Amino acid sequence: MRLLLALVRKDLLVGWRGRARLVGLSTYAVTLLLLFSFALGPDSTTLHEHAPAYAWVAILSASTLLLAQSFQQEVEGGALEGLLLLPVSPTAMFYAKALANLLLLLFLALVLLPVSVVLFGLRPAGSPVALAGVLALGGAGLVAPGTLYAALTARVKAQQVLLPVLLFPLVVPPLLAAVKATSLLLEGDPMHQVGTWVGLLATFDVLYWSLCGVLFGRVVEE
Amino acid sequence: MRWVYALGALALAALGTGHAIGLLVAPPDRAMGETVRILYVHVPTAWTAMLAFTVAMVAAVGALWSGRPGWDALLEGSVEVGVVFNGLLLCQGSLWARPTWDAWWTWDPRLTTSAIMMVAFTGVLVLRRLLHPPERRAVASAVATIVSFVDVPVVYLSVKWWNTTHQGFSSVETVDPVMLAPLLTSIAGTTLLGASLLVWRTRIAMAARHREDDAPDLPPTPIPLDLEASR
Amino acid sequence: MAEPVIHARDLGRRYGGRWALGRVDLDLEPGERLLLMGQNGGGKTTLLRVLSTLVAPSRGVLRIFGLDPAREPNRIRRRLALLSHLPSLYEDLSGPDNLQVVARLLGRPGDPTPWLERVGLEPRPDPVHTYSAGMRKRLSFARLLLKEPDLALIDEPYGQLDPAGHAMVDALLRDMAERGTTVIVASHLVDRACVLCGRALLLHEGLPRWSGPSDRAPRAWSAFHAEAPASGGAA
Repeated sequence: MRLLLALVRKDLLVGWRGRARLVGLSTYAVTLLLLFSFALGPDSTTLHEHAPAYAWVAILSASTLLLAQSFQQEVEGGALEGLLLLPVSPTAMFYAKALANLLLLLFLALVLLPVSVVLFGLRPAGSPVALAGVLALGGAGLVAPGTLYAALTARVKAQQVLLPVLLFPLVVPPLLAAVKATSLLLEGDPMHQVGTWVGLLATFDVLYWSLCGVLFGRVVEE
Repeated sequence: MRWVYALGALALAALGTGHAIGLLVAPPDRAMGETVRILYVHVPTAWTAMLAFTVAMVAAVGALWSGRPGWDALLEGSVEVGVVFNGLLLCQGSLWARPTWDAWWTWDPRLTTSAIMMVAFTGVLVLRRLLHPPERRAVASAVATIVSFVDVPVVYLSVKWWNTTHQGFSSVETVDPVMLAPLLTSIAGTTLLGASLLVWRTRIAMAARHREDDAPDLPPTPIPLDLEASR
Repeated sequence: MAEPVIHARDLGRRYGGRWALGRVDLDLEPGERLLLMGQNGGGKTTLLRVLSTLVAPSRGVLRIFGLDPAREPNRIRRRLALLSHLPSLYEDLSGPDNLQVVARLLGRPGDPTPWLERVGLEPRPDPVHTYSAGMRKRLSFARLLLKEPDLALIDEPYGQLDPAGHAMVDALLRDMAERGTTVIVASHLVDRACVLCGRALLLHEGLPRWSGPSDRAPRAWSAFHAEAPASGGAA
């Protein structure tokens, strides 16, 4: 729908214009990876084995900041109300915002990928397309409940603390699945387990992209 | 509300009986020995917690559908009762794990899922504390409850698959008929206890909501302004 | 026979234990201009927000363009515009960008420059967070005009503007009157705004105290202030 594209375009434009923040977020995520390395010691085998785990935790942590921020502008200046009055349907708003957040998250992931390869000595075994697919599905699993909860907590002063607390238990399934699938793709998959994990990711995504879209309307009304 | 007191008394009686039989009369398990007795507390607690959260889910849907404050009060009561029993569940699981596997924590799918549920629903309670306007608080916590509840089976499934790479965990699958009586009595007792706590807590929530939200009458029509009175 | 743009009976809104608005009766015909007067916190903003369909009334009957806002909010929203005390702008985007976002969402993409010129702004690429309060107000006005609404709800148009800005607002309101736009303006500058309106309504603590033709509004305003000052201690 043209409305959806216009909204996504708006969200990406705001993200682009505020790209200093994006650079900051990427730096934050890279710093986390470095911290993991320091905390675990220079033994490269340990780092190598668990690289996907560290990378995904870094993405998760950076994405909560991204999500929290995605609604700040809407609520502070009253831009959200302005949109509602145009009128723009809240459902379209949700999907556009979630899509834009997903694209920004993937951008973050793309920055982290070469850094992880360098820091953790990865040698990707599987196809890059499959890896990109897992990144997209995992990211989608983080972003759908994240966008909903970001809107829910937007008017709470303690949003930065509350959003991770609310979000993390929800995103345990996509986190588990994404880490597993990523490491199988990078290390090799003798028992063809990737399919199961991708299936779980896809199911979670379909479930939450529909559920959160339905519930979003109630969250933004006064 | 005298029947709530009666309910509570009945609950304690059932619990007392069930636990007495379980601790003193029933035999130890073939495989697990004396530690199996935690079954009489653990299973009822798990069942009651799940029941409380299911009531919370129903209340959340009701709150979003009709918007009446009664649903919101029920939501508050059931989530809180659920979190309390969930917390007890985690302690019990930990206490059982220590003598059985010499560890305070295991990644057993059920224990892990209940830990995650605990965090998720405690989050709902924290959210309620931080949102002040009653309508917004009701909608937000209803949405969070629905999303968290739907997540529970997905979490369970994913942890279960995640865990297949580790050694399997033994658990009580079949129950000897001798153990069934105290088990069922304890389940009944714990459920009644949970129910009476839920009713009490919901009433408290309802009263608090009334205090916040009660619609006073509209102020009376003001006297019209007299333009000639000035000057 | 033209349908009233707004029909309200016993309109009220409460927040918890407090009635922010109550007992409001209003019938507004197409092309009429209404001035809302009152102290801060008196209910003007609440009334505008209820009329804009952003906030549902707690009691009373409300029809806008003959439609029920509880059932068909979107059909109503398409034809009205609200200028609230919040600018409804994206701080990271420039002025022209903000207008283009709105235009695209309305299905009318195009050059926003004419709208900027009407409110005395230049098309600059600077983001809105560098704007002064007055510039933000002008941009919000441009946003409202861009929509070409049948009903314009304006909350304190003169706020944050310098005398040149005041003149601009007067011109825009006169312009809207000529086009037959129905307008409700809430303003503290009663003497100035009453000239541009036909009717006036005074709200105090959410309740209507006086309504009548706008040329009597300054009189009503001073009579209201001359009343017992103790009443201001409440709310």
